[in-house]
Order: sequence, then C-alpha cells, then structure tokens
Amino acid sequence: MKTDDLIDLLVTDPPPRWRLRSTLAIAVAGAVVAAAAVFFAAVGVRPDFAEAVGSGRFLFKFVVTITLAIAAIAAALEVARPDGRLARRGLALAIAPALGACAVAGELMLLPDSEWMRRLVGSNARVCLTVIPLLAAGPLVCLVAALRYGAPANPGQAGAIAGIAAGAIAATFYAASCTDDSPLFVMTWYPIAILIVSAAGYLVGRALLRW
Amino acid sequence: MSRRESEWAAWMRAALDGDARAYRLFLESVTPYVRAVARSQCRSLRATESEAEDAVQEVLLAIHLKRGTWDPSRPIGPWIGAIARNKLIDGLRRRGRYIDVPIDDVVDSLPVQDQTDRISMHDVETLLGHLKVRQQDIVRSISVHGHTISDTADRLKMTEGAVRVSLHRALKALGALYRSSARED
Repeated sequence: MKTDDLIDLLVTDPPPRWRLRSTLAIAVAGAVVAAAAVFFAAVGVRPDFAEAVGSGRFLFKFVVTITLAIAAIAAALEVARPDGRLARRGLALAIAPALGACAVAGELMLLPDSEWMRRLVGSNARVCLTVIPLLAAGPLVCLVAALRYGAPANPGQAGAIAGIAAGAIAATFYAASCTDDSPLFVMTWYPIAILIVSAAGYLVGRALLRW
Repeated sequence: MSRRESEWAAWMRAALDGDARAYRLFLESVTPYVRAVARSQCRSLRATESEAEDAVQEVLLAIHLKRGTWDPSRPIGPWIGAIARNKLIDGLRRRGRYIDVPIDDVVDSLPVQDQTDRISMHDVETLLGHLKVRQQDIVRSISVHGHTISDTADRLKMTEGAVRVSLHRALKALGALYRSSARED
C-alpha cells in the first residue's frame, strides 16, 4: 500500500465521537458511581456521622482527599496526551500532601506527645489499608479504560497517576466511615493505601496503555 | 507559532468537526515533514528509504487513531512531533535498530516528497494479511482501488454504515498489529 493510498483510507474514517477530555470526564463520573455503590453496599457511613460533620478534623479529611483526586485527574488528562508533561500539573499534585503536612504540624502542636503514637496508630489502620484499595478497584478500571483512548508517552506513569486518582476517590468515601480523624492517622495510612493503588495502576498502565 | 503550524492546526480542527477535505489537506501537508524526520533517522541508522516509508505510514496511522488526544488550544507541532518520535522509535526498534540520535522537531524539518512511489510498502501489507478477510477486502477497495464507501458497500452487499464500522475496526486492528509486532522483539 502506498502512502497516498493510506491517506485515502484514513480520510474515509469519520472523526472520533468523543475527544479525550470528554472520555475521561465520563470515566470520572463512572468511577465515583462505582466507588459509591460498593461503599454504600458494603461499608456505609459511621454511626456518629451527623455529629462528626461538625468537627474540623473530620471535614479536613475530605479537603485533602478531594484536592488530591482533582489534581490527579487533571494530571492524568495531561500525561495521557502524547505531548503531555507531568511538570505542567505536578505542582497541583503537591497541594494535598502540603495541606496534610500543615495539619500534621498543627496536630503535633495541639496534642501532648504522649498522645502522638495512639492517634497515629488509631484503631482502623488495617481496615483503612484494605477498604481503600477495594473501593478503588472499580474507579481504576474506569479511568484506565478511558486512558486507553489516550496516547501517553509513559504508560506506566499514566497508570500510576490514574491509580492516585482512583485511590483518592476511594479515600474520600472511606473517610466518611472511618472514626480515626487525627491528621496523624490520615497522613500515615491514607497515603500508604493510595500508593498501593498507584502501584497497581503503574503495572496495569504498563500492560494496557501502550499505543 | 509558524504559519505552517497554524495551518495544520486549522485543518485538524475542521477535521475533528467532520471535514474530510480539511483532513486530507492536513495529512498530505504533514506527510512530507514526517518523511523528512523518518529519512534522516534512517540515514543515520543505515536503513533503506523503503523502511523509512514504512515508518511514515505507521506514524500517520497513529496520528489518525489518536487524533482525539490533541488539545485544540495547544500548538499542534509538538503533538505531531511526540507521536512521530514515539512511533519512529518503535518502528526502528522492531527492525533491531536502536536510536541514539535525537529526533528533530517535525515542524522544523524540510519537507521530503516520496520517491518510493512505485513500490508498495511492505509492513502494512504484511499486517493487512492478519486482518479478517472482509476487512482486508474493504481496506484494499478504498485505498488501493480508490473506491468510495458506497461503491464498496454495493459490491459487498453491505450497508454503508457497516462498511464504515468495519473500516474503523480494521484501522484500530492495524494499529494494534504494529504495536504487537513491536513488542515481539
């Protein structure tokens, strides 16, 4: 086949119905629905949810996880383009960890040091490390499926960032059920759980996001 | 942004909105630049011109399949360059050659016209052989024989919609075949 023949062929194929941005937007909606479905079916909000809503520590968990989810979704859209560069979105990804670090510093000043270990270990560390990855599985599938329409220069990196987004969405739901609200707990176990999802995303991305 | 680049961007924008004529202008205008980069790569690696033309076709197919990833608010040159770089590296690696020279920006290269006109490219023909017979038939009918979708549909007793769907699947399958043959080595 000559190159001109190939061009004849390509112009006959109609344009894609969805561009990458819209595809990813649909996937994010799907990811939230998937996480919500599993959360409400199998986990549920904590019994004192109504009182907890009045607590700064409780609400802060959502500030961090939602900030991270939004930044990771924006970063995923960036690195899914062949000419995308993580550096363009890297700073936004650092906001959630920075907020968390400030909260940890505040918590250390407020609490006597005899309390630190108890708050850090909390009572739900193992639950946290199990439930966040489980809630993240559906979202990760949705996001990777959308990224297959992309053309990431680095498939593993794109998968890892999709994993952070899926983990952050899962963590947002999990935060409504977990009774450990201290930033010492949140900034220890949530990042570990999200990094587990991110590592899974890296492997899935390397396998499925080549183009 | 150069005039050439803004022209490419304008054509691609129209193409994404369904303007096939603009899309042809885009592809025909971009091809000589992709070829220039492929040739200069191949020369430094002592590959033949026909291998370079194989690589050009692989890049064009990737541009086609991934055109939804271009953000129209960004310049198109770096986008084309990134796809070309990625696919040229894949293609040359498949031939057991490792790139150690940087690939120039597509938009800054000097266009090269095709002189391999008379020979049919090897790679795409081999890969076509792996498609379903019906898909091969449709692909050849439109490309090599220059028939329209409706002629092809009449001849194969299919609806035009079915021909389009089959063609689209064939192109996606070709892209996947390039990729899997890249990974075998």
